[in-house]
Amino acid sequence: MSRVLWVIATLWQREMVRFYRQPSRVIGALGSPFIFWLLIGSGIGTSFRSGAAQPQNYLEYFFPGTILLILLFTSIFSTISLIEDRRQGFLQGILIAPIPRYSFVLGKILGGTTLAFLQGVLFLLLGPWAGIKIHFSNWPAIAGALFIAAFALTALGFFIAWRFQSVQGFHAVMNLFLIPIWILSGALFPPSGASNWLRVVMIYNPLSYSLALIRASLFGSPALEPFPAVSLSVAVTLVFGFTCFALSALAAASTGQADAQ
Amino acid sequence: MIEIKNLSFRYKNREALKGISFSVRQGEIFGLLGPNGSGKTTLFRILSTLFFPSSGAVSVCGFPLGEKNKMIREKIGVVFQSPSLDSKLTAAENLMHQGRLYGIAGPELKKRIGEALKKFGLSERRNERVEKLSGGLKRRVELAKGLLHRPALLILDEPSTGLDPGARLDLWNYLQSLRQESQVTIVVTTHLMDEAERCDRIAILNEGVLVGLGTPDQLKKEIGGDVILVQGKDLKGLEMKIQRQFSVKTTRNETALQIESERSERGADLAARLAQALGEEIESITFRKPTLEDVFMHRTGHTFWNEEGRR
Repeated sequence: MSRVLWVIATLWQREMVRFYRQPSRVIGALGSPFIFWLLIGSGIGTSFRSGAAQPQNYLEYFFPGTILLILLFTSIFSTISLIEDRRQGFLQGILIAPIPRYSFVLGKILGGTTLAFLQGVLFLLLGPWAGIKIHFSNWPAIAGALFIAAFALTALGFFIAWRFQSVQGFHAVMNLFLIPIWILSGALFPPSGASNWLRVVMIYNPLSYSLALIRASLFGSPALEPFPAVSLSVAVTLVFGFTCFALSALAAASTGQADAQ
Repeated sequence: MIEIKNLSFRYKNREALKGISFSVRQGEIFGLLGPNGSGKTTLFRILSTLFFPSSGAVSVCGFPLGEKNKMIREKIGVVFQSPSLDSKLTAAENLMHQGRLYGIAGPELKKRIGEALKKFGLSERRNERVEKLSGGLKRRVELAKGLLHRPALLILDEPSTGLDPGARLDLWNYLQSLRQESQVTIVVTTHLMDEAERCDRIAILNEGVLVGLGTPDQLKKEIGGDVILVQGKDLKGLEMKIQRQFSVKTTRNETALQIESERSERGADLAARLAQALGEEIESITFRKPTLEDVFMHRTGHTFWNEEGRR
């Protein structure tokens, strides 16, 4: 058992080192959502109000969604490194190492989770500076919410990235699939304002629950009528994350047979 | 060390190995020689536990492949043809992660990394990122990585790919000294005749079939006498005439006719007889001792380098 922990730890450490040795990744993951938020959020925020009963301005509504986007970006970028591992050959050494494959999957996912989590926290600290009132006294809940959301997204990214031989293909999927599920998580508009079929999609979108969880941890839950309960949000996010991890581990465990060309 | 019985392997639409049997003894340097597409890389992948045989039985280090892969993986060191290093990490960091994957940690790991780097002349560059190292140095890090957990069996796939002649010589000197010092069994795939010559024993593969097995000398002796190469304008006509006038076996390719002299006749004598009889039509005639390439040609009836396989 301790051997498995060593394996997970060493692969986690590798992810950290790889990240900070590629400054473009740091800049890209943190910079783009930040600019997105600043430009669009402040522009839209002064132009619209999301319903008269809501005390929040749009910027405040948009803030948790931006954090989710940061988590999404960072997790996705970290799982792209899986495709690099495959292309550059590092993966072949892993596949013949005397370790259970799930330990590799978990080390890699936890690495991505940590990076996404740290960037989420960093971004969060900018919140008050933009005039957003965050319940920082609630920090264990905030940290917990960010962490399990980051884990679920990284596990999802890993599961998708495992299939891809090229980064280009992965980008296509990201645009086709990941950005829409982010938009339909309630990041841009609440389900109450959406048309019927969109509302159904939003209800079955696991990211809606991760976002609701982040939102509740930041602002406290009472004023958030249209969103699911915290307990349900935690459960859905955990189940989603664990399912993606289990599917990734299964895919990794069955690799080797006529898989490499 | 390795027992292979009636091994076959199918890709979706192609049979890469067709019923191969041989064994590798403890402590030998064993070469898998074959042109591209012969199945040697498939065999490498099976031995390194990456693929599972479609049929047949393979045991590695005394453990049956498939059932006891974890035990096998603990015992083998593998050097892939394509790099397996993390180029963003330093040489020492690559070795550190490798050690931990194999259950080595703490002071023991530190000690082994220091020793490995020293042995391969990498001590001064231990903290440089692998992406900045030359091809030869990278290959040394790969070797150090494959040997860090002190495997009983080292498997290398085309280890001299991308190496200049000097680095290739270093590699083989190192493999030979490694075998002497620590009794490691070494299996190496290659498409280079001069590398195969350095092995204790070789298996020659062609289109998924084992066409030769033995020491390089044994295999070459099978040819019997010498090899004579004849060049001329009309090779086809020449071949017919030679077959009619001399009772010898000939093989023809685009540029030359190849004739093997009988054990009883020296190559020089046969060459002289040929030149005397057909001197008008022959542009050049040479003779030499047989090589492994001739063995391959003798066994398969075609040259080692077909057009698409030529590099």
